[in-house]
Amino acid sequence: MSNDRAHRILPTLLVAMLLVSCDGARESSGQPPQAAPPSTPASEVTGTTRGDFGPPQGEPVRAVLTSPPNVPPPTGRDHPAKVIVELEVIEQEMEISEGVKYTFWTFGGTVPGSFIRVRQGDTVEFHLKNNPSSKMPHNIDLHGVTGPGGGAASSFTAPGHESQFTFKALNQGLFIYHCATAPVGMHIANGMYGLILVEPPEGMKPVDKEYYVVQGDFYTVGKYREKGLQPFDMQKAIDENPTYVLFNGSEGALVGDHAIKANVGESVRLYVGNGGPNLVSSFHVIGEIFDRVRYEGGTYYQENVQTTLIPAGGAAITEFHVDVPGSYVLVDHSIFRAFNKGALAILKVDGPEDKTIYSGKEVDSVYLGDKAADLAAVTVAAEAAASGEMTLDQQIKAGAALYNGTCSVCHQDNGAGLPDVFPPLAGSDFLMADPKRAIGIVLNGLTGPVTVNGASFNSVMPPMSQLNDDEVANILTFVMNSWGNKGPAVSADDVARVRVNTQRTEGAAH
Amino acid sequence: MRGVSIVLAAGLLALGVGSPAATDGYVAIGGGTFRSVLPAGPGIEQVEIARYRLATTPVTNAQFLAFVRQHPQWRRDRVARLFADESYLKAWAGPVSPGPAAPADAPVVQVSWFAASAYCESIDARLPTWYEWEYAAAADETRADARSDPAFRARMLSWYARTADTPAEVGQGPANAYGVHDLHALVWEWVSDFNALMVSTDSRDQGEDPDLLKFCGAGAITMQDKENYAVLMRIAMLSSLQGAYTTANLGFRCARDGEEP
Repeated sequence: MSNDRAHRILPTLLVAMLLVSCDGARESSGQPPQAAPPSTPASEVTGTTRGDFGPPQGEPVRAVLTSPPNVPPPTGRDHPAKVIVELEVIEQEMEISEGVKYTFWTFGGTVPGSFIRVRQGDTVEFHLKNNPSSKMPHNIDLHGVTGPGGGAASSFTAPGHESQFTFKALNQGLFIYHCATAPVGMHIANGMYGLILVEPPEGMKPVDKEYYVVQGDFYTVGKYREKGLQPFDMQKAIDENPTYVLFNGSEGALVGDHAIKANVGESVRLYVGNGGPNLVSSFHVIGEIFDRVRYEGGTYYQENVQTTLIPAGGAAITEFHVDVPGSYVLVDHSIFRAFNKGALAILKVDGPEDKTIYSGKEVDSVYLGDKAADLAAVTVAAEAAASGEMTLDQQIKAGAALYNGTCSVCHQDNGAGLPDVFPPLAGSDFLMADPKRAIGIVLNGLTGPVTVNGASFNSVMPPMSQLNDDEVANILTFVMNSWGNKGPAVSADDVARVRVNTQRTEGAAH
Repeated sequence: MRGVSIVLAAGLLALGVGSPAATDGYVAIGGGTFRSVLPAGPGIEQVEIARYRLATTPVTNAQFLAFVRQHPQWRRDRVARLFADESYLKAWAGPVSPGPAAPADAPVVQVSWFAASAYCESIDARLPTWYEWEYAAAADETRADARSDPAFRARMLSWYARTADTPAEVGQGPANAYGVHDLHALVWEWVSDFNALMVSTDSRDQGEDPDLLKFCGAGAITMQDKENYAVLMRIAMLSSLQGAYTTANLGFRCARDGEEP
């Protein structure tokens, strides 16, 4: 029977299909691919690159596993131990974006999976449990394992069953783990990855805050933010065209109330992984510079880094200090992923301002660009105003220059506006009826229906509060004395009085 | 052969195992060559499929209840642990009462390979081979081999993308071109030679392979046949099992050799 022959062939094929994991070809020397940078004193290169510190000592300890974005406490040990890790695979629907559900396959019920922290030289007894409600078999390939398949072969587990294998954590570093069951890409795309930190023997240098962030790309049949339960789209995954690129498996994972937090003056360490399955991350924190990056999760570090590359199936340890309060945005600086596919997270820093490091906005003025034909008239008017000798003509000339830079884009050079969109200023009954109201409109904007010269308009003029009192006065004087309008001069004092009596939002410019 | 079938049909009726009046619940399939996702050998793309008959639906809780009543050694409180793990028929209310969590016409799940084999044997049938199962499952409602149709593949994958739930009644899904129901989107199903898959995954040892690159390359080439993803996942599931294992989404159906009864 043909089946007999087939069965002799199956082993090779199946091993290949089920365990696509090629990291068995690890070099035994453990030599770094390049020398330490000159700025890295040898004494600061933490620990050895590879080490077997003998058999485990003392009673076995149970590893503390944490859900993202939390990181387990340091092991605090000075000797190798037997560490028991119990990780459960759970398949469940969760929110990938607001109103959008996705069936995630998870290590421990979260994306990324539980953070595992051990010490170099530890002997790790790993238990992988596959929840009885699971539909799929799963396994785990830990990049921190030295051995065929990274544990995948030894941990292949049917639903409702448990596997156990043991490995010695020979290499320190930050390593991705992931499911390696066929189709590997689909298991990873469904969220089956996480990080295992193998601490150097002396432990990690203490910092104030540690967080756990993993980027992943997701492929749904519906488009970005299309509501409802979205199935996995195999073709998009093969095309490497993700619908979402996310930190910690959801658009809402690390924003709002879920933002990670630190206080001014604190040191922050981010353990950052990239689960993939496809994309390489250009990891960046807007407004921060990494003091140190242990790039690729390895031993050596680079200093003063803006953006660090994190390969799919790789990791990096980034460290920095927060000096100024505010919200810092973690992004994949392949920036459309951040603003169009969800790769955004927030680090919220509380504490006192330090204006010597960062001032906040000091100047908020219009940049006139090529509209700034000639602002000499503005200067003349300003000097005349300062000496108390400004004439109406000077004011009109200054106002004309400012008008061309600020107002003419909408109201047009001739003050005629645009029919149905921007009201006319030339011969405008609405404008001339109430100069004080006109000042208020310039300062605060105007939204909603108005009738000008018998025509209705219903649009939005943004507040122009970035203009100073002199500028507003000059512009209005120009407008009310041009194109057939005949009105009074508006003084800076008039503007100041209106400005004082109106509340406006900080920095509410256009 | 005819005589055996008549006796068997009478036996089924006596057990209260209902089957459509027009047939004995089996349809004849095959007799030819087939391109499996698992080639018979290097460069051998076609496998021979001898003519066989396949049950049109998976075995139901009601059918399996009749079996354990008749063969009490397969009750969950009497079965040898060697033949069925702790989860065997766990969703049933009692050893001989499926209860509300296991509706009569829903497929029986949480059954081991040993139990499934014994059931089929008890009705003078057997589990289908992998190739027999795959051959029947390649068909959609109108075509004998719909595997190259993206919509057909997407239907298979969509079941995988849903979380596990209590299976619906058998026979509710559309009949395929052979008249077989529920090969996709209801439960996983045991096959007789699943352990050919299992043995390979248990005995795998990449470290013994002298040519890792070639090894991984071969895997990648196989996986590039993306139209087979859905079937590969079923093989992955089967290969994770041992004979005594039971899971909440794993049932079975029986097959028989030869032509129509």
